[in-house]
Amino acid sequence: MKVLEGRKKQVFRKGETPFEIDCEKQSLAGSVSQRACVFCGSRVVLYPIADAVHLVHGPAGCAAYTWDIRGALSSGPELHRLSFTTDLREQEVIHGGESKLYQGLIQLIDRYHPKAAFVYGTCIVGVIGDDVEAVCKKVSALKGIPVIPVHSEGFKGTKKDGYKAACTALMRLIGRGRTDGISKYSVNILGDYNLAGEIWIIKDYYRRMGVEVVAGITGDGRVEEIERAHGAALNLVQCSGSMNYLAQLMKEKYGIPSLQVSYFGFEDMAEALYGVARHFNDAEMMKRTQELVRDEIQAIYPKLLEYRKALAGKKAAIYVGGAFKAFSLVKALRLLGMDVAVVGSQTGSKQDYQLLKELCDEGTIIVDDSNPLELSHFIREKNVSLFIGGVKERPIAYKLGIGFCDHNHERKVALAGFVGMLNFAEEVYQSVMSPVWQFIPRPKQSVPMGGVQDEYSRTANP
Amino acid sequence: MNIRELPTREVTINACKLCNPLGASLVFRGIEGAVPLLHGSQGCATYIRRYLISHFKEPIDIASSNFSESSTIFGGGPKLKQALKNVIDQYQPTFIGIATTCLSETIGDDLQLILDEFNREYRAPGKPLLVTVSTPSYQGSHIDGFHDTVRAVIEQVATGGPKKNMVSIFPGMVSAADLRLLKEVLTDFGLDFLVLPDYSETMDGGMWDTYQKIAPGGASVDKIRAAGRSKAVIQLGRTVRKQQNAAEYLKERFGVESYQLGLPVGIRETDRLMQTLAVITGNDIPQKYQEERGRLIDAYVDAHKYLFGKKAAIYGEPDLVLGIAIFLAEVGVVPVICATGARTGKLGDELRCLLPELEGEITVAEGIDFDDIRTLVERVQPDLLIGNSKGYPLSRQSGIPLIRVGFPIHDRIGGQRILHLGYRGTQHLFDQIVNELIRARQDRSPIGWSYM
Repeated sequence: MKVLEGRKKQVFRKGETPFEIDCEKQSLAGSVSQRACVFCGSRVVLYPIADAVHLVHGPAGCAAYTWDIRGALSSGPELHRLSFTTDLREQEVIHGGESKLYQGLIQLIDRYHPKAAFVYGTCIVGVIGDDVEAVCKKVSALKGIPVIPVHSEGFKGTKKDGYKAACTALMRLIGRGRTDGISKYSVNILGDYNLAGEIWIIKDYYRRMGVEVVAGITGDGRVEEIERAHGAALNLVQCSGSMNYLAQLMKEKYGIPSLQVSYFGFEDMAEALYGVARHFNDAEMMKRTQELVRDEIQAIYPKLLEYRKALAGKKAAIYVGGAFKAFSLVKALRLLGMDVAVVGSQTGSKQDYQLLKELCDEGTIIVDDSNPLELSHFIREKNVSLFIGGVKERPIAYKLGIGFCDHNHERKVALAGFVGMLNFAEEVYQSVMSPVWQFIPRPKQSVPMGGVQDEYSRTANP
Repeated sequence: MNIRELPTREVTINACKLCNPLGASLVFRGIEGAVPLLHGSQGCATYIRRYLISHFKEPIDIASSNFSESSTIFGGGPKLKQALKNVIDQYQPTFIGIATTCLSETIGDDLQLILDEFNREYRAPGKPLLVTVSTPSYQGSHIDGFHDTVRAVIEQVATGGPKKNMVSIFPGMVSAADLRLLKEVLTDFGLDFLVLPDYSETMDGGMWDTYQKIAPGGASVDKIRAAGRSKAVIQLGRTVRKQQNAAEYLKERFGVESYQLGLPVGIRETDRLMQTLAVITGNDIPQKYQEERGRLIDAYVDAHKYLFGKKAAIYGEPDLVLGIAIFLAEVGVVPVICATGARTGKLGDELRCLLPELEGEITVAEGIDFDDIRTLVERVQPDLLIGNSKGYPLSRQSGIPLIRVGFPIHDRIGGQRILHLGYRGTQHLFDQIVNELIRARQDRSPIGWSYM
């Protein structure tokens, strides 16, 4: 396989020098990127805010493809699981969609009584020149709730620009609420989207440490909590791709410091708790944290070792949205005794890739904004037993008879927290050790039983 | 027939439709050696891939010209040409199907002009066939994109000549299993045929030893070329409009004998297809199908008591809704709600014409969303919902069982293998529907009997 000329600098093999990887650029036209668009970036970040109306201003497709697609759970209202669109038709494309948007917002607010409304601009809105800002202002004044435009026109950059547009929109909510009564030991959780209830696991840990969580941004998100987020003492940033920008904006405006954390794997999960305890510099809290970590790990570790026994030495590939998740996955797989042979992300930065390089073994392929042809080639070349990615990567792995774990928005099992590590190990085990692979003609890593070479046990062929 | 007045609401809530380029992509994926290329933002291709993958569970590559801000201002020509080069370079396709999006349509990109330039500039050997279709999603929905694309392919590829012993068939948006069934029927009638599109293998194939850049299978370009020489052509789908009907084009352009039939669901509509094929070929209907038909009627008799007077709400692509409605009517189930997100303007007329005995009992709604379907369902309280998996929230909330048919099936395995067509497909649907009704009755029974 050849890597497209325009993409050669986005693929790196550890051991090659100098380390040079291109990233944060627009996908190459005609390369079947695994990325989506600006709109997608904004939509996924704001989606879990459960008591807001999310209105997609454009033709029906963009809203239809994002209807109830994430497993972002809510402990209360579930407005986020409905799909609203102005469903623009030819008439509006010609004459403008402002009136439809205005009427639509009024109807939705009257019917659902949301705490806020987000209006997502799609490609076409950027072209026909609707003054979305003005419409939002008018409706907001009339209805007395924040109505916030999200500048997410698909063509205006990459998915990462969509994250930024979402963060800008969030900044218009933050600062509206009262901050009295918030503990000096308080945090916001940024970049956890409560997939499969993960933020509840994390919140419970912080509660046990004696730390108040002011707002989940945006996991199990509520408008009123986000409006008070500027009262927290510390921002915890997971999913660096989407939320670093918000942390930066909040630091500039409110002076809130931030910590980069990850809740995946023992090592990073424990560090996410210790880091907070260190930040608040409270001996009691540190003690509680140590006990918590010890208790949690003790409860799970023996079982994990059983999985490790079966999985040790097997190879894995990782291709995920944000690079920070990739770091955690590399470490989590190591904990299971597995080697990471391929690792990549859709939106990593130069610094992220530098860190990945340091973390990975010699020969590991590191790739930015990859595509199906490259990914299929890499996983074959490295003869991996497991591929971790999202929905679009799954069939690539399956078609080649390789185990797959979904680490994306669709997952139904919590993978964060200590218990999440056990769930992860269990899923990896079930994927890698399933008997179905015996029927697939693929390279075997070990000597076949009885030493007989049949078509199912032929060796690597790339 | 109550033709429902469309609401004057400004917002669509839980749309019962997708956008046109999805239909186009699916058609292009049913052509041998083809790669679909969407001329627009990256997201269009990625969302559509994701949506299709979740149904078909197969790798689905759709390229994008990946508009930037400057392409939006100065035109997407350079990006499209670069995309074509890169797709050719990476995939070596024999066919690239280019569909527009709302963005490229709104800024007014002239595809023909861009392709003329590309053809002048790109001189390397092995250039694939390039076919274009206009699919702005502010006109119509995915089903329009589907039919428009079949027609565009035929208009741009088919040629005339002396007639061959070949039948062309445009099946509409059916499952991979349905396509296999249609091919089996045509083979059993001793025919050479074109089925367009044919994603029976490209979107539902076996394992691969090495990664295939383009999934094997699909309607061959040679066959599509020969379509103008077919001795007959059949467009399935009664709601397909004349200007979208590729069979109609072949008739007008090349004088091919043309038929427009309903999707063969149920005895009557399947009989019509079988009889048409018998007329075209001069052959008898093969024994195998007569036996299947016999078994189906036998099943109708065995189960009729469980069905009579039951009510069903059907939603989805208009021709599947129509086909299932006709089938249900013949076993005594009243299709009380026939709803589609598409706007064909024909669904009500067809139902009135084909099911005159149910005049006044059916509510027909076009251009509907799931919010309005919910309102109708609450009013009518049907015994069953029949449609794609997007009706699951409604089924869960209302407690009315859902029989999954059509596209998409995102919450079960095997959506691509659901067989709807022919006597066999009807048998499959019939057993499912009867058993669901029996299950509901059994579950409600205080005794919980274990025999019938």
